[in-house]
Amino acid sequence: MKLTQQLLALLSLLAFLALWQGSALYINNHTLPTPAAVALVFWQACVSGQLPFHLGATLLRLLVSFSIAMLLGSAIGIVLGRHKKLDAFFDNWLVIFLNVPALVTIILCYVWFGLIESAAILAVVINKLPSVIVTIREGARSLDQDLLDMARCFGFSRRKSLIHVIWPQLHPFVMAATRSGLALIWKIILVVELLGRSNGMGYQLHLFFQMFDVASILAYTIAFVGVIQFIELIILKPLDRKALRWRR
Amino acid sequence: MSDIQINIINKTYPAIGQATSHTAIANLNLSLKSGEFICLVGPSGCGKTTLLNIIADLDHDYQGSISLSEQSSRPKIGYIFQNPRLLPWRTVRENIELVVEKTLSSTIIDNLLELMQLTPSQHIYPERLSLGMSRRVSITRAFAVDPDLLLMDEPFVSLDAPTARQVRALLLSLWQQRPHTVLFVTHDLREAIALADRLIFLSASPMSIISEIRVPILRSERHDEVAIETFRQQLLNEYPAIKQLL
Repeated sequence: MKLTQQLLALLSLLAFLALWQGSALYINNHTLPTPAAVALVFWQACVSGQLPFHLGATLLRLLVSFSIAMLLGSAIGIVLGRHKKLDAFFDNWLVIFLNVPALVTIILCYVWFGLIESAAILAVVINKLPSVIVTIREGARSLDQDLLDMARCFGFSRRKSLIHVIWPQLHPFVMAATRSGLALIWKIILVVELLGRSNGMGYQLHLFFQMFDVASILAYTIAFVGVIQFIELIILKPLDRKALRWRR
Repeated sequence: MSDIQINIINKTYPAIGQATSHTAIANLNLSLKSGEFICLVGPSGCGKTTLLNIIADLDHDYQGSISLSEQSSRPKIGYIFQNPRLLPWRTVRENIELVVEKTLSSTIIDNLLELMQLTPSQHIYPERLSLGMSRRVSITRAFAVDPDLLLMDEPFVSLDAPTARQVRALLLSLWQQRPHTVLFVTHDLREAIALADRLIFLSASPMSIISEIRVPILRSERHDEVAIETFRQQLLNEYPAIKQLL
């Protein structure tokens, strides 16, 4: 069964490449290069060190902003999920921040703090934070009161309750926030880099756009999507398996 | 462990939506002597679990007070809930280890698991246990903390008769080794007579005490089913109202 699924996935990928190759040959224009041409550009960019450098810069921004947004968002989400009055007070703030366009936050951060790295990180964090808070808040609201009572009755400290009773219940919500967060954050980071940084994937894509270099745009995009898939397979899926090993 | 004085003037659940407010307990005065084994007998839904939750400090929304006779720190509580409340992401053994002091020897847990016939299941996650086994784990967890006050909310429901008998014997043996206050909720009058120093009969909602009866049978004679049955009949004859509570 598993082998059949893997075969289907491989066939689907090959069909996609064939479709791409066919379309590129049919259009016969530099705006849609063939997969082989993109692969060649990809290889050259890797060998020259340009792609690893810019990819590294973007991934570093992703790591920092993602970590800050997840840690801060989880803490605030838990507090709001457990305290109705605080939640009622801050709910409107959340709605406002959820609806502010990412571009507005980025521009304002650059205008207020200058074209500096911390402004870029702050803009990304501000964009991601509300959605993390909302997701974790839902998790905190649905915590099993019976288990919390058990922990209180047996004299668990706050730390012990958080680690052993609360956090495992929040796991599905944290994973949901992580996955949607990764997908959202890297898109925001590209805009942040495009508008105000001199390195990173966004900066490079902007450069390629000005030169109409579609092959490089696609090569860089494939590299980035590949890295995100790698994170999913190497970090997130094993984490899921480990955390949910108790389920039947 | 000091004596506990329970004085609940009123415990009311507020109205939610279409449901009207509901007074669960009214004017309940109960004193628990240190090391005493008390059985609470009352009809289903009369508020026994609410009372245990108040004593366990899980419910603060009531008028009244729970006070200790001596100024001491909060008693160590072991609570056997009506549903086992095990952490599903921790194995049987890990569930027990989590509530005990880190310094507690693992041999004590080994022995308890052995006595409760849980040794072969100690590395299994609760989702794979039957309800009866989960209850045994919950009982083991409460015993493992070596409590000053043991709250037991119909703990032997869904255990098969031989296991229930064995766990009852274990409970009595642990209690006699180190006397601690036990508050035991049951519907089974025979079980209550076999275990308790004092029986407390409770009225239907709003709950209050109907009668308190000391069990005169010596501990050494509690295994004698005839003695227990005789006392049960005597109680039912003297207090016909008890029949309504069972």
